[in-house]
Formats: sequence, C-alpha cells, structure tokens
Amino acid sequence: MVAPHVPPGPRTPVARGPGIARGLAATGAATVLVLATMPTAGAHAAGDTEENTLTIAVSQQVDSFSPFLAQLLLTTSIHRLTYDYLTNYAPETNKPIEGLAESWEHSDDGRTWTFDIREGEHWSDGEPLTAEDVAWTYTTMMDDEAAATANGNFVDNFAEVTAPDDTTVEITLDEPQSTMLALDIPIVPKHVWEDVDDFAEFNNDEFPVVGSGPFVLTDHEPNRSITLEANSQHWRGPPNFDRLVFRYYDDQDAAVEALRKGEVSFVEGLTPAQADALDGEANITVNNATGKRFEGFTINPGAETQDGVEFGDGHPALRDKTLRQAIMFAIDKDEIVETVYGGYAEAAEGYIPARYEDYTWEPEGDDRIDFDPDAAETMLDEAGYEMGDDGVRESPDGEPLELRMHVHNDDPARVAIGKLMAEWLGDIGIGIDNRTVDPGVLSDALHAGEYDLIFTGWTVNPDPDIVLGIHTCDALPTEPGTMRGDAYFCDEEYDELYEKQLAEFDDPDRRASHIRDMQAILYEEAVVNVLTYPNAIEAYRSDQIADIQVQPDPGGNIWGQDGYWSWWSAEPASEHSGAGPPGWAIAAVSAAVVLVVAGTAALVWRRRAATVGDRE
Amino acid sequence: MTGAATVGRADTAARRSRVLRYVGGRLLTAVVSLFAVMVTSFFLFRILPGDPVRAMTTGREVTVEQQAELRRQFGLDQPLWQQFLDYCAGLARFDFGLSYQYRVPVSELIAEAIGPTVLLAGTGTLVAALIGVTLGIRAGWRHGSVGDRANTAVALFLFSVPSFWLGLLFIVVLASGTGWLPGLFPTGGMATPGVDGVVAVTVDVGHHLVLPVATMVAVVYAQYLMIMRSSMLDETGADYLTTARAKGLRDALVLRRHAVPNALLPTVTLIFLNLGRVVGGVILIETVFSWPGLGSLFYSGLQVPDLPLVQALFVVFASAVIIMNLLADLVYPLLDPRVRT
Repeated sequence: MVAPHVPPGPRTPVARGPGIARGLAATGAATVLVLATMPTAGAHAAGDTEENTLTIAVSQQVDSFSPFLAQLLLTTSIHRLTYDYLTNYAPETNKPIEGLAESWEHSDDGRTWTFDIREGEHWSDGEPLTAEDVAWTYTTMMDDEAAATANGNFVDNFAEVTAPDDTTVEITLDEPQSTMLALDIPIVPKHVWEDVDDFAEFNNDEFPVVGSGPFVLTDHEPNRSITLEANSQHWRGPPNFDRLVFRYYDDQDAAVEALRKGEVSFVEGLTPAQADALDGEANITVNNATGKRFEGFTINPGAETQDGVEFGDGHPALRDKTLRQAIMFAIDKDEIVETVYGGYAEAAEGYIPARYEDYTWEPEGDDRIDFDPDAAETMLDEAGYEMGDDGVRESPDGEPLELRMHVHNDDPARVAIGKLMAEWLGDIGIGIDNRTVDPGVLSDALHAGEYDLIFTGWTVNPDPDIVLGIHTCDALPTEPGTMRGDAYFCDEEYDELYEKQLAEFDDPDRRASHIRDMQAILYEEAVVNVLTYPNAIEAYRSDQIADIQVQPDPGGNIWGQDGYWSWWSAEPASEHSGAGPPGWAIAAVSAAVVLVVAGTAALVWRRRAATVGDRE
Repeated sequence: MTGAATVGRADTAARRSRVLRYVGGRLLTAVVSLFAVMVTSFFLFRILPGDPVRAMTTGREVTVEQQAELRRQFGLDQPLWQQFLDYCAGLARFDFGLSYQYRVPVSELIAEAIGPTVLLAGTGTLVAALIGVTLGIRAGWRHGSVGDRANTAVALFLFSVPSFWLGLLFIVVLASGTGWLPGLFPTGGMATPGVDGVVAVTVDVGHHLVLPVATMVAVVYAQYLMIMRSSMLDETGADYLTTARAKGLRDALVLRRHAVPNALLPTVTLIFLNLGRVVGGVILIETVFSWPGLGSLFYSGLQVPDLPLVQALFVVFASAVIIMNLLADLVYPLLDPRVRT
C-alpha cells in the first residue's frame, strides 16, 4: 500500500568536450557547464514522471517521530498526516468530527465514554487496526512515564481504558471532562510498539514508518528533507498528490525565492513585507488567514507559590488593578495592527482568537478598555499616583512608577510593539525600562518572578481547555520555577468557572458560556493582556496546486491545521510546466553564461601569458 | 677524516633532537589546549540563560510530571558534578550524549553535517586562496599599475559586503531569475530530494555548491590578495632579486622562482588558520543557502540551549583550529629553512 519509491525526473547532464581554454579554465568550465545544463529538478520534474510531488518549505527541526515524544509543530503536523486520531476537527468549523471512531456515547454521569472504532481498517504494513491498538496506546501513556512525555496531560484524568471487542473502546474517567472529543493523541500500532524497551529512546525512525493516516512517512534526511508517500488505502479516500516533500530552508527570504522560482509549492510564516511583495505575482496565491495565536503581555501581580509564599521582585504597585487597567487604556491596539503588522492582524480584546466563533468573546459598553490616554491619566490621578517633576508618577506608597518590560529579542513584531508601548506608557507618566532580551533570559526572569511586564503569546487549539488551564491557581508553582502558566494569575471565580466548563461534557453551549465568562474576568483583571491576533500568512504556487482546503473555511490557514485537510485535499494543477521558460532554454542560457565566464577567464589567462612573454 | 665524520654525526643527532623537541613541544601544547577546551565547553554553555526543558516545551501545556520526565531524560536532574563526570566519561568514548532537540546521538548529527561543511568551506577557502594569491602576486609585482589599483579596489569592496546580503542577492538574481534571465542555480539546500545515483548526485551537489562557494569566495578572497600583495611588496626591493636580474633571468622567472616562494609564507599560514576555522566559520552562508552543515546546526542548538550539541560542536570547532595550528607549525619549517634553526 505504500507507493513504490520512484526515482525522480530526467537527468540529462550534457558533457561538452574540453578545448574552450587551456588548463584550469578548461576543466573548470567543463565542470560548471555540466552543472549548469542540469535541468532544474524539484516540483517540475514530478510532472514528467506522472507522479505528483508537493514540496513544502520548512525550517523547524525534527525532535522525534515518536508520537510519545514529539512536541514541535513540524513533527506533530506530520503525525496528523501519518496517524489516525480518535476524532478529527471539521475543516469548515473546527468542531470535533469522526476520526478513527465513527461514533461515541457517554454514561449519564459522564465518567464512562464508549467509542465505536471503524471496522476493517489496516495499518500501512497490512496488519489489522483494531480497538486494541487504541486501548494500548492510551494505557501505555498512563502506565509509562516516558510514553507520557509529549501528551501525558490528555490522559491525566483517565482511570482505565479497555477494548471489550475489536471495534469498541471504553474509557473510564476519574472525573467527568468536556474534552473527550479533543484527545490529540496519535494512535500507534501495538504490534510494532509493544517491542520497544524504552519509549524515551525510540524515535520511530525505521522507514517506512507503520501508520494509518492518509500519508506514510518514508524518509528523513535531517535538516535536508522529509518525505511522505500517499496511503491510497485510507478510509477517507486517497490524497490527490502522490508524495509530500518537506524541504528545509533556514532562511525565510530564500524560501520565498524558492517559491517564486517554483522549487517549492508552499511557504508559511510570511512577514507582511514578503506577503505584499508576493501579492499579485503570476502563479502565486497569497493566503492571508485568520490566526490561531494571540500576542500579548502579562503584568506581574506579585509572584507567589500555591502555598502563598511570595517571591520575586515585581513592582508592588502592580497589585493594584486600577494601575493595570490604566496601562491598558494607554495602549493603541489599532496602531499596533497598522504599524507593526501592516494590517495583517486583528486588534484583540478576548483571550480566545476570533476564528473560534463559539468561544471568542468581546467586551461591550463600559467594560471596554479602549485606547484613551486621558482616561488613563484621570484614573491614575484619582487613585493617588501623583505625577513627579521628572514626568514619572509615584505610587501612593511613594515609589516611582519605573517598570521593567521584558521583550523577546528574536521576534521583530514584539520588539516593535515594545518600543511603541514604552512611548505610550511614558506619555501617562509610567517609566519603562525596555529590556529586549534573549528568550532564555526572559524565561528565567518570568520563573523567578523578577519582572514587571513581560511578553507572551499562545497558539490556541480548537479546544481551548489548555490555554484556559494555565491561568488557574493550580498552575501556580509549587516552588519557584515550576509554574505551568505564564502569569502568576489566581482568581477564585475564574477557577470555579474553569471547573464548570471542564465538567460540562454534554452541553457545548453552556460550556462556551462559561468560557466567555472566564475571558471577561481575565480582561477586567488586566494581568493577562491580549493585544492582537496576528494573521497566518502563507503562499502557494497556483500552477502546482489547483485547490487546497483551508481551516476554518472560509478565511482559514493551510499550515498547522488541526487535521490533515490541507495536504490530503490539495489538488495538483494540470499544467505542470507552468511559469518560466522550458528546461532546454534554461540549460542553453546557463551554458551561454558559463561560456562567457569561461571565455573571459581564458582570455585573461592568455593575455597574462602574452604580457609576460612580451617582457622576455 | 674520522674526526670530521664524528662531528657530522653529532651534528645530525643534535639536529634530530632539536626537531624532536620542537615537535614534542607543539604536540604537548596542542594536547593541553584540547583538554582545556573540553573542560571549558562543559561550563561555558551552562552559564547561558534559559532552561532547555522550558524552551523545548514552549507553547505546550505540560504537567509537572512531564517536565520532570524530560529533565530525567536529559540527565538534568543529576547534580552538576555528576553531569560533568558523565560528560568526561562520554568524551573518553567519543560519546557526546543525546541531543535534546533531535533526540539522536550528537555524534550522528555531527557526522552528518561535517561533510557538507568541509565541502563548502573547504572548496571556498581553496578557490579563494587560489584566486587571491594569483591576483595578489600580479598586483604586488606591478604595484601601482591600473590593474593593481582596480583589483585591490574590487577585492576590498567585496570584502566589506555582508556575506548574508550577497548570498541573498545571488539567490534573487541567479537562482530565481530576474527579467530575461532564468534561474540557473538552486535556491538552497545541498541536493534535490529524490536524486539517486553517484553521477547524478555529484552533479546535483555540484550544482547546489556553485552559489554558496561563489558567495564565500567573493567575500574572503581579498584577505589572500592583500596579504600576498603586501608580501610581494616586501620582496620587490630585495637584493637577491637584483642579483637574479643581474644574472640575466627573465622577469617571469625572477617572479616565479625567487619572489613568489619567499612571499608565499604568510599566505600559507593564513590558509592553514582559515582551514581550521572553516569548520565553524561559515554560519551565515550556510543559513542563507540552507546548507545542512555544522554552522546551522550550532545556531539551532544555541537557541534552546541544546547543551550536548553545542558542547560537542564547541569542542569540534576548537579542535579543528588547534589541529590546523599544529599542522601549520609542523609544516612551516619544511617550507622555510629559516625557521628550522
């Protein structure tokens, strides 16, 4: 069922006889000539062999192909393509839909969930795929700490998982949980994995890797390429491309050039400038998608452990909600969207990005904290923060409002936002010590509680449980340095709502309502502050990809989807030759260029010999 | 008669012991330096800010147990002295440990990346040296001429160009093509995925090699040109050249047999030193051309920090310089009789 490995496109190295020039020039020219007359391989070559290859530019490294270990976006995205999950997320709406499980039901108390597994499915090596594989995968993660490395959080609340027969999986929970249709765990083949001694050391890199997704992982050359072949037996139907190749480009500008040339079919993570430059180019489609991320910053409300032991050296005045809100009144989010993101973002209020329609929330009326420096100044004046002679206010306790702000120096957007914020806060009498630092330095400051304002941002999944959970009191550190979240936020009411939404397993609307209430608390407390939802900007060759599914549809992204929709659905364009002159023309021109260069070299060589001769 | 022979023998013995002492001294220095590098490497990167486990799990929800498990897998739950002992024991077996990011032995990663780096940087250094030396000789010999001034100006101009920018310019113009000019070379990487066969792969890699090497050569050849030129200038007024001319030797022969060999020495040192730095020295060019070498590996390792990886690479980079220095020290006396005494 794995498509056989077919050697790539034609190779016609043309060797021209020497004799252009003498010595070095001749050899050099001949070599370069052969090289230059090579047809440009890659996406074009695919069309000639009637095999369709889709090439995707990537830059992230492979941490591991083991679903028990992989944490990075690239590898988890590849798992989406090569393994089935119990459920999937609809491409149009992001809502959970059937995956390996065709249907499911739960007991009245929500503690027992029964999933009906697809019948007659097979692994890519031909072995049958049954409910036992599912039960084994989950149970292994519950029993073996190494197997829990990447996704242990999903099975934290599991009491028992069994497979009473080949098509039934039964999961018993300690407590009811509403996230049972959002278990992002690849199901692995028991017959392959039960022989593994140490899950911490097995990287699952014996190719082809046995899986059950719409693609099969067949090759990996570290920092060069990753190859996947179509699995024609997949129950949802075979993918339209025969092969996916992830090619490494360390430099984003070089990747964009590769797209312009057609060496790759898809590039993600474009900057606004790159998107503007590509927009309108022939055969290139820019996809400006609503993002999955929020960008923002948190304010240190006073770091403490779960037992209430205070630590760190956050500015004491920041415990005052009025001051925190005044800071938010001083920030012009629309200006950030315009000047930093060139319009490729959305000004944000609620914690959950707007693309998740069910959960996203926006304040209304008097609850809104919109850009209003005058209001900020009035608030501060009334709360007793008096303006000093040097333009910096003093807290009622007499401490000057000099705040440190930690910004990631590897993120140009954050650096630009930081500069704007320092200016705006200065305008209302808050001095900012702008510390644009290495992410490691920033992380150390956060975990030591030694910061005042600090930048952050998260990618939000279709199920928002994870990003909500990091702001419960439970996420506070047990001792300094062990925090799960990134804000030292702890609020009783928020925690109650968190528990309620987690327990709300059979009424999605009520759960969504709790989640919106939680965002209202976050917004009002102004410890966790969201600034923007940056767009995901991507581009592809429309002469190589005729059509591709986005998520959500319309307006959604291609890269980093929840599900395999984009690459599974991508349709090869019929005209492969597409842009640019034909191969022979390129060969001819490059040969001509090389001839000119070699000829000049030869001439210089001869001239030199001649002049030396003249002097004899 | 016998007396003279004895003196001769004693002379040879004395010279041999002097050579041995010279070689032994250099070897000892190299070994001590290597040892110092290994120890430094361990502690140097532990001073880096940031926590590898947190960096690896950025943007993911992980329980305290998951964090502890990662710490255990990385060996970071051990006390520092224990980690140091493990590191030393590993070094003795050429085992640098497991990379945090790639989860494969560091030695495997280095083995995969060292070939591409040596290929790119080695080719670049040799071509640059060849061009630089050739042009330097001409410029120095006919110093003050139009050719000299033009050559020096061009070389210095290219020398001041950032390699990253020049590489990108090559990609835009020569790889993706502009206007009537089609793309002649690949935009990046070392090989086209899926190309098989020795000949095809060689040609393919050569094709990929052209632009990175051209970038490197353009930026660095000025070093060789300037050194060669100034050493030539030092020699032009020398008496032995006047003597050679007085003997009636043609100018070309004076240049080739007398001036060049003497002027070449500083350049040879430079080539050796650069060959040592070659292993770690072309990070920017590797990055812009997505060349899968040690430089980009080091860069990706520093961001975490991936301690086993960066430690090992530091040792490799430093060893290369030390070994090349040692070679230069050992070869020098063979090239220049003046150093032997």
